[in-house]
Amino acid sequence: MKELKASMAGTVLNVLVAEGESVTPGQALIMLESMKMEIPVEAEVAGTVEKIHVETGSFVNEEETLVTFAE
Amino acid sequence: MTKTTETTGYNERLEQKLATIFAGGQPKYHEKMKESNKLFVRDRLKLLFDDENYVEDGRFANVEAGDLPADGVVTAIGKVNGQTVCVMANDSTVKAGSWGFRTVEKIIRIQETAEKMQVPMLYLVDSAGARITDQLDMFPNRRGAGRIFHNQVRMSGMVPQVCLLFGPSAAGGAYIPAFCDIVIMVEGNASMYLGSPRMAEKVIGEKVTLEEMGGARMHCTVSGVGDVLVATEEEAISEARRYLQNFPANFAVKPEKIEAKAAKAGRTLEAIIPENQNAPFDMYELIDQLVDEGSFFDIKKLFAAELITGIARIDGQVVGILANQPKVKGGVLFGDSADKGAKFINLCDAFSIPLLFLADVPGFMIGTKVERAGIIRHGAKFIAAMSSATVPKISVIVRKAYGAGLYAMAGPAFEPDVCIALPTAQIAVMGPEAAVNAVYSNKIEAIEDPKERIKYVQEKHREYKEEIDIYKLASELIIDEIVAPHQLRDVLSQRLSFYESKELPLPYRKHAITPV
Repeated sequence: MKELKASMAGTVLNVLVAEGESVTPGQALIMLESMKMEIPVEAEVAGTVEKIHVETGSFVNEEETLVTFAE
Repeated sequence: MTKTTETTGYNERLEQKLATIFAGGQPKYHEKMKESNKLFVRDRLKLLFDDENYVEDGRFANVEAGDLPADGVVTAIGKVNGQTVCVMANDSTVKAGSWGFRTVEKIIRIQETAEKMQVPMLYLVDSAGARITDQLDMFPNRRGAGRIFHNQVRMSGMVPQVCLLFGPSAAGGAYIPAFCDIVIMVEGNASMYLGSPRMAEKVIGEKVTLEEMGGARMHCTVSGVGDVLVATEEEAISEARRYLQNFPANFAVKPEKIEAKAAKAGRTLEAIIPENQNAPFDMYELIDQLVDEGSFFDIKKLFAAELITGIARIDGQVVGILANQPKVKGGVLFGDSADKGAKFINLCDAFSIPLLFLADVPGFMIGTKVERAGIIRHGAKFIAAMSSATVPKISVIVRKAYGAGLYAMAGPAFEPDVCIALPTAQIAVMGPEAAVNAVYSNKIEAIEDPKERIKYVQEKHREYKEEIDIYKLASELIIDEIVAPHQLRDVLSQRLSFYESKELPLPYRKHAITPV
């Protein structure tokens, strides 16, 4: 299963995508806030968002799954 | 008459031997190479050298064995970009490119030649490793394989050492790339590992593919042992040639200036840099506006991408660039980025390539994960490398430079030749939000009315920003110059040419105890 993982530990500032939406490589799907910086987490490959595992304000650790894509 | 016939006989024998040597291993192995889009070693050399005018030593190694042409390695002297270089190139059609006694001796000799001539040494690696049947002759002795690595360490920083990895570089052989300045890997074919997947399964019970264990992409993105990931062998060779254009033959010579080119057409720096210190932007777009078009050679592009390291030209003058990438992990420095920065600085400093730091850095990462991984010693490594570099060092504060981030990016205390600020620069121990929280948290919490609290915090932010105003720092001589962003390229070009004569004596001692 294809997943989008957090590039670093931080707090979810914004969820920029909805479940069922299709995404393109390089598209920012989640905006994290860490070290006072806004950090876009971008899709590596094209796909359809199946599930979003976080919401605004969630704390995430590095490598934690943020979004799962449909097969 | 008799004499002439004899001579013809001699020549025939020579030609026969040469034909066997030039043919390499058995046809079935050549077929296998073709199937995996690999070139025969002699075709690789044709692409690498400026022309086919190169000389080879030890060509007849193991010729008596019959099936071991050149003993599986070609060692040659030729020209790359008009510059003499020495090369060792494994032939994987001969016993999978494994190293026998003569293979190792030939590699050692070509290294010695490169050292004596003070010219770059290139390693074209495609080898299964030690020829176990020959081990006593090639492994532990004074001129065994270990001597190759010993020579590499000795020659490091003396002459450029470049590794092109076309196939496996297994077990001890994996140290050839590790001791080179740069490793170019062909995706799908190149690999490095101490123990193969088969061995890992037998010895530690791990089941893993070759790609996961030591593939080119893994090494160029995760481990950082690889520097440049390419799709084909042709690309690997052209990238090696492009890389070497930036380097002198050895440490005692300065790199040459080449013909200047304009920067790529694009948005101005004013348009690229967001006003909001916390917003991401793409530092590559900014670099494009500073360097001659097409000159940027990215090193470790896919590894620790929060720090960009690459060699480029500004008005034809060579420069090594370290730039924080706000778009990746906020440009925060991690252990891997520190390793990447330290090695890059050492590389440029060894070969007289001036350093340009483009700082936009919130600092080093914090938290238990990085502390346990030793972020302090990793950061110290980066700072030590930057601090010991004696080439011209130009520090440009693009936006923020907080905490030890300022140190790593050649802040004023580390003797940069100049510390330039753009009007957007902000130098501080930490950013306004964090600082106000740290200093006034008790007071802020004590204010009950939320409106009053916000007002108080905003007031403190304003005071803090005034305190660290860039004109105040310039007035105090903390920074040396404030430059309009659209003028930065010209200012850098001017300064690089002025600093050309910089000579800094090294401190009197044997060597530093570098943090690792």
